[in-house]
Amino acid sequence: MTVTALSPTSTARPPRSPGVVRRACDVAALTGRNLIHIAREPLQLSDVTVQPVLFTLLFVYVFGAGVVLPGGGTYADFAIAGLLALNLTTSAMGTAVGLSTDLNSGVIDRFRTLPMWRPAVLVGRSLADLLTATVCMAIVAVTGLCVGWRPGGSVGSTLAGFGLFLLFAYALSWGCACLGMVSKGPESAQGVGLVILFPLAIVSNALVPTQRMPTVLRTVADWNPVSAVTSAARQLWHNPNPSATIHAWPMQHPVEASLLWCAVLLLVFAPLATALYRRRTTE
Amino acid sequence: MIRAEGLKKRFGTTVALDGVDLDVPTGSILGVLGPNGAGKTTAVRILTTLSQPDDGSAWVAGHDVVRDAPAVQRSIGVTAQDATVDGLLTGRQNLVMVGRLSGLRRAEARVRADELLDQFDLTDAADRVLKGYSGGMRRRLDLAAGLVTRPPVLFLDEPTTGLDPTSRVRMWEVIRGLVAEGVTLLLTTQYLDEADELADRIVVIDHGRVIAEGTAAELKTATGGARLEVTLSQPSDTAAAALEPFVAGPVHVSHDGRRLRAPVRSGSGLATTVVRALDAAGVGVDDVEVHQPSLDDVFFSLTGHPSVEPDEAPGTGPSPAELEVARS
Repeated sequence: MTVTALSPTSTARPPRSPGVVRRACDVAALTGRNLIHIAREPLQLSDVTVQPVLFTLLFVYVFGAGVVLPGGGTYADFAIAGLLALNLTTSAMGTAVGLSTDLNSGVIDRFRTLPMWRPAVLVGRSLADLLTATVCMAIVAVTGLCVGWRPGGSVGSTLAGFGLFLLFAYALSWGCACLGMVSKGPESAQGVGLVILFPLAIVSNALVPTQRMPTVLRTVADWNPVSAVTSAARQLWHNPNPSATIHAWPMQHPVEASLLWCAVLLLVFAPLATALYRRRTTE
Repeated sequence: MIRAEGLKKRFGTTVALDGVDLDVPTGSILGVLGPNGAGKTTAVRILTTLSQPDDGSAWVAGHDVVRDAPAVQRSIGVTAQDATVDGLLTGRQNLVMVGRLSGLRRAEARVRADELLDQFDLTDAADRVLKGYSGGMRRRLDLAAGLVTRPPVLFLDEPTTGLDPTSRVRMWEVIRGLVAEGVTLLLTTQYLDEADELADRIVVIDHGRVIAEGTAAELKTATGGARLEVTLSQPSDTAAAALEPFVAGPVHVSHDGRRLRAPVRSGSGLATTVVRALDAAGVGVDDVEVHQPSLDDVFFSLTGHPSVEPDEAPGTGPSPAELEVARS
């Protein structure tokens, strides 16, 4: 069979450049598309723009007035790492909502009839969400600097702290991708996401020291990946880190624990998301 | 170019396809005709790799739709019933995205998008977000998105459903243009006039089965001959008797006695003969019409129910009368 009959003008069908390059092109095209979506609907972005500023100001001035840190230090110095964890964790819901929206619209059929790398839909989504997470992080950091937060370590360790947060946000977005795939629509994805992510962010050392929590809650908090990442950042930034005195392994080795958690999340959720996507788009 | 053998598909307890065979030779247009829920969309989804058959096989451009889906995807363009373009992107961004996801380089995708925008008369709206597009513009963009890689095989699932008469006729022109370029096309429709206008061959589907197949003319012949309709100036007792020599069945007289209807064998020259005969019988005639059977008649005689259920009819499409207005 030939396709020559159909080319009265310009380019013929392109020679396919399969493999990694082609996959990267598909991912780039879809990442770009998701970023255009975000630019078109700035309200969607309020999760990562308005909310971080609001939370930072509220927590630092309201909670900060009442929390006494074991081991001393200012609440602003303590809280910024935690506020980053809180904002990045809750905004990961965007991945679930975005994917669910796509899966329930006709555009997914268009993607499915194109000769593209199928997981590009997921990877493109996760990369676009990584960029919004970066914006979110920058906003929290700038707001933090305005209210008196100062990272004390070297430039390298400061950047390492931010890098760890981004890695965690990226890993978490694959978990949320799974949620988007199993939920009926964007509303239910948002509802269920809130129920899972809010407790995940709050039952941790992000906003208050865990020492005075009830035993069960404290154990959960000390092994919570959010606590590990928060502790690691506090340690890297030389900020007050009351969890350093806790004997649980992740609190003694927060950087290692964070990396392990991220690896586990990615190794579990990325293949799971791909499998769920295939199942969801097979009829 | 498109071939299906014994396609079966069920969703839960609903049988969507119950053994459908299709064959579309290269460069021809098959119209798949049937009411809502007949199984047209399911068949198209299987042929375009979106859905997998429970039983049966299908090949597009020589590739098995299940085992070699990527090869099929490289050969086809699809315009589905639901808009499959991205509502938050501009027309141009949509086409460039589809081009890149089809393996074109960014620059090639841009050039191709410009060509298509021009071809589909969307250049002025190219940089507007789709939210601001009319239904007809969206459909044209959707069709354009299916043509980015100049695929030799096209699937159009109800390309004019929900369009206003003007957009509908415009869409027909676009489709005819494509056909002139030599694509192989499978088109589904609920509209008999659409199948009649565009398709070389027609397959009638109802309840997941092919119930008739042939050219529009063959299907019409199969359902019987033409129909004579006479409107008299005054009710007349002698008119029916005067028509007897020409008709092939009973003459039906309307309540007011002014309209007479009867099946006839041949339409050629009949109107003149009928007027003369009625004139000779002293009957005044307002109007004489010889109707060739429409595909509506065909559908009714095949399925025993109208092609469009009365409660679905409003708003789903223009009546033939509206189309005449739109075309003139």
